[in-house]
Amino acid sequence: MTERPLTRWLLRIVTWLVLVFIYAPLVVIVLYSFNARRTLNWPLEELTLKWWGKAFDNPGVRDALWTSVKAGLGATAIALVLGTLAALAVSRYAFFGRDTVSFLLLLPIALPGIVTGMALNATFNTAGISLGMFTIIVGHATFCVVLVYNNAAARLRRTSRSFEEASGDLGGDTWQTFRRVTFPQMRSALLAGALLAFALSFDEVIVTTFTAGPDQTLPIWILANLARPNQLPIVNVVAVAVIVLSIIPVWIATRLSADTTSSRSVAREITEP
Amino acid sequence: MSELAGDSDVVASSGPGRRLSAFLFRHRRLQLGGLLAGPIGWLAIAYLGSLAVLFLTSLWRLDPFSGKVIHDYGLQNFEELASNPVYRTITIRTVGTAAAVTAACALIAFPIAYYMARIATDRTRRLLVIAVLMPLWASYLVKVYAWQILFQRDGLLDWLLSPFGLSSPFEISGTAEWKQYAAVWITFTYLWLPYMILPVYAGLERIPSSLLEASSDLGGRSGTTFRRVVLPLAFPAVVAGSIFTFSLTLGDYITPQLVSSTQFIGNVVYANVGIANNLPFAAAYATVPVAIMVVYLVVARRLGAFEHV
Repeated sequence: MTERPLTRWLLRIVTWLVLVFIYAPLVVIVLYSFNARRTLNWPLEELTLKWWGKAFDNPGVRDALWTSVKAGLGATAIALVLGTLAALAVSRYAFFGRDTVSFLLLLPIALPGIVTGMALNATFNTAGISLGMFTIIVGHATFCVVLVYNNAAARLRRTSRSFEEASGDLGGDTWQTFRRVTFPQMRSALLAGALLAFALSFDEVIVTTFTAGPDQTLPIWILANLARPNQLPIVNVVAVAVIVLSIIPVWIATRLSADTTSSRSVAREITEP
Repeated sequence: MSELAGDSDVVASSGPGRRLSAFLFRHRRLQLGGLLAGPIGWLAIAYLGSLAVLFLTSLWRLDPFSGKVIHDYGLQNFEELASNPVYRTITIRTVGTAAAVTAACALIAFPIAYYMARIATDRTRRLLVIAVLMPLWASYLVKVYAWQILFQRDGLLDWLLSPFGLSSPFEISGTAEWKQYAAVWITFTYLWLPYMILPVYAGLERIPSSLLEASSDLGGRSGTTFRRVVLPLAFPAVVAGSIFTFSLTLGDYITPQLVSSTQFIGNVVYANVGIANNLPFAAAYATVPVAIMVVYLVVARRLGAFEHV
C-alpha cells in the first residue's frame, strides 16, 4: 500500500508532536533545576547553578545516592547470576514446562507494582524480617532477573550450538566450554542486561516504598522531600541527576546489544519480555 | 597430549572437576536441575511464596481493640470491599482510568508507530526507536513530578493558556473533580505511552508488504486496506501493549497522589500498610488487581496478544 502524500505528511506531523509531548516535560524539569527562585511560577526569570552545588553537598542526598547504588549493585549481582542460569537452561535444554519458566520470571514485572510490593511486605512482616537494605535488594532482584534473562536468552538464540559441540568434541568439559565458548559469546548481552537491571533498580519506587522501611533510596528521598517547599530547588536538581543517571546505563546497553541486533529487536527485547 | 601439557586447564581437568563434569555430561537432567535450581528456587520462594502469603494475609483480620493481626480465616475483608460504596467507587475509578489511559495510549501510539514502521527511512527509524525508548527509562518518579510542576497554579500550562483567556483544564487539587481526573489521565498516558508505541511498531513492521500490495491489486483503496488488512493484523500488538498500560495503571499509587487528591486502589493499600496498619485489609485489596489482571491476560491471550511476542 502506498500512502497518499497527504497521509504521509499528517503522520510525520503527528510523530513530531508526539515526540514534543514525550520530551517537553523532561526539558521543563531540566530548566527548573537552574531556576534561581524558590517557586514553580512560569516563566523563569533568572537562571543559576547554585542549587547544583547545594544538592551535591546535601548529606541526605548523598546518603540516598549511596543507598541506591548499594541496592542497585546487590540486586544486579543476584539478577545476573539467576538470569544467566535461567537463560542457559531455557535455551540449551528442552524440557517440560519451559514456557512456564519464562512466564514465572516475567510475573514480578507483569503484575501491578502494588501487588509485588504488598506481597513482599506481607511476607517480610509475617516472617519477622525487619525492612532495610536486605529487603530492598530481595525485592529489586526479584523483578530484575527477567531483564538479564531476556538479554541472555536472546543472545543464546542467535548463537549457534555448534561451537559448544565443537568444544566438547575437542575434549573441553562442561565448565571449560562455558568459560571459553559460551560465556564470551554472551558477555556483551550480559553486560547490557546488567545495566538495564541496575537502571530499573535505581529508578524503582512503588515496590521500594513497601520494602525499604527506614532506608531511603534516591527516588524515595525525592518522594519524601516533595512535600517540603524549602527543599524544592534541591529536589529539582536531584530529579535531573536521576534522569541522567538512569539513562546513561540504558544508552550504553542499547549500544552493546546493537552490535548484533536491529533496532526492532532491541525494541522487542526491552519491551516484550 | 604433550604439546598441550603446558595448558593449566588440561592438567587441572584430570582431577575431580573433570570427573564431575563428565558425570554431568552423561546426566543432562542433573545439569538442567543445577541450572534451574537457583532461579526457580528464588522465584518460588521470594515471589510465589510471597503471593501465597498475600492471599493468606487477606483472609486474616485485625483485632479492632489491640490492633493485632488475628490469624482466623474468613472473607470479612472482601465483604467490606464489596459492600462499602467508598471502595466500590475507588475500584471502578481505578479500572475506568486504566481503560481510558489504554485507549488514549493506543490512539496516540498508532500513528507514530505506523510512521516508524512503514514510512520512515532506516536511519530515521533507528533514531525514532531510541528516541521513544530512552524516556521509558528516564526516572518514572521524576516524570510524574514534571507533570506536577506543569499542572501547578501559575505554572507553564496556565501561562500557555492565559493569552487565550483560558485556564488549565487540569488541576492537582480543587473543587472540580473532573479536572483532577484529567490530570491523572494525562500523566498516566504520558508515562505509559512508550510501552504501547514499541510493541505496536514491532507488530506493524511484521506485516509483509505483499499483503498490502495484494489488497490494492484486488481494488482495495488505502482506507479499505488499512481497515481490513492493517488494523486486524496489528490488533494483537495493540493488545500486547495494552497489557502494560493497563497493569501499570492498576498498580500505581504515586501518580494519583502527586497530581490529584483522588484515591486509587494503590493509595488505599499503601495507607493501610503504613498509617492504618491494617495489613489483612491492604492484602485483600491488593488481590483485586491480581484478579483483574488474570482476567485481562486470559482475554489478551484469546485475542492473540502472545502469539508473535
